Amino acid sequence: MIDKKFIGHRLEPSVLTVDRTRLQFFAKAIGETDPVYLDPAAARAAGYADVPAPPTFLFAAELDSGANDQLLADLAIPLAKLLHGEQSFRYFQPVCAGDTVTVESTITDIYDKKGGKLEFAVKVSQVTNQRNERVAQLRTVLVVRH
Amino acid sequence: MTVSIHVGDRLPTLQLPPVDRTTLALFGGASGDHNPIHIDLDFARRSGMPDVFAQGMLGMAWLGRVVTQWVPQSRIRQYDARFAGITHLGNAITCTGEVVELLEFHGEPCARVAVSSANQYGQNKIVGEAIVALA
Repeated sequence: MIDKKFIGHRLEPSVLTVDRTRLQFFAKAIGETDPVYLDPAAARAAGYADVPAPPTFLFAAELDSGANDQLLADLAIPLAKLLHGEQSFRYFQPVCAGDTVTVESTITDIYDKKGGKLEFAVKVSQVTNQRNERVAQLRTVLVVRH
Repeated sequence: MTVSIHVGDRLPTLQLPPVDRTTLALFGGASGDHNPIHIDLDFARRSGMPDVFAQGMLGMAWLGRVVTQWVPQSRIRQYDARFAGITHLGNAITCTGEVVELLEFHGEPCARVAVSSANQYGQNKIVGEAIVALA
């Protein structure tokens, strides 16, 4: 069982510099063909400072930093039992190549269903950019199947 | 780009090719999700799965494309997904969306768009919604 003492637990902040080649790689990996996501000139013509991070890209920050691995270790969740239950994003400002974002997360809930066969951990993440402007908020529901 | 948005409008459908191992490996690298259950058959089998399977966030990224090919991303205010089923190798995912409500979202005129993805057998993989500014 996930120890409920982790409700309120704060993860170490994750800092991710969003570089253009990474965004182009991500776009390719999801089959994106819209030039706004691939070509800086097309992005600028569409009103972005550079190619924008696609809607789900910010999830990468805590994977890259190791904060997610640390969380799974702290909560004693084995990768083999982990499923992603739900994911939400709220957007306040675009994130584009050249930005540096900081992701700060808190575990807001831990609960179980079906007599403990399924356990859930909820994480809420605030994302700010290099100007300390709020750019996004994420909410993640992790599921552990026993 | 200006789109006149009405309840009942259907977004252009996005059809993806069948999931293969290369797609999963590339997405693992690009997304930062290095969980071997998506890229290493041996690990997947030791975990009790018959084979590797797609990252949930790959499906959510695909489903996001059905919205961004319809309106500029800068108009998306919120995007939520519930992962309803595992996407297996060979699954060819179709992403669809429909405007279900016009509403005020934090004081701004917006549309609520129901989005979902399913494989070629009609099995739902993601059920979600996006809140999109009307202008």
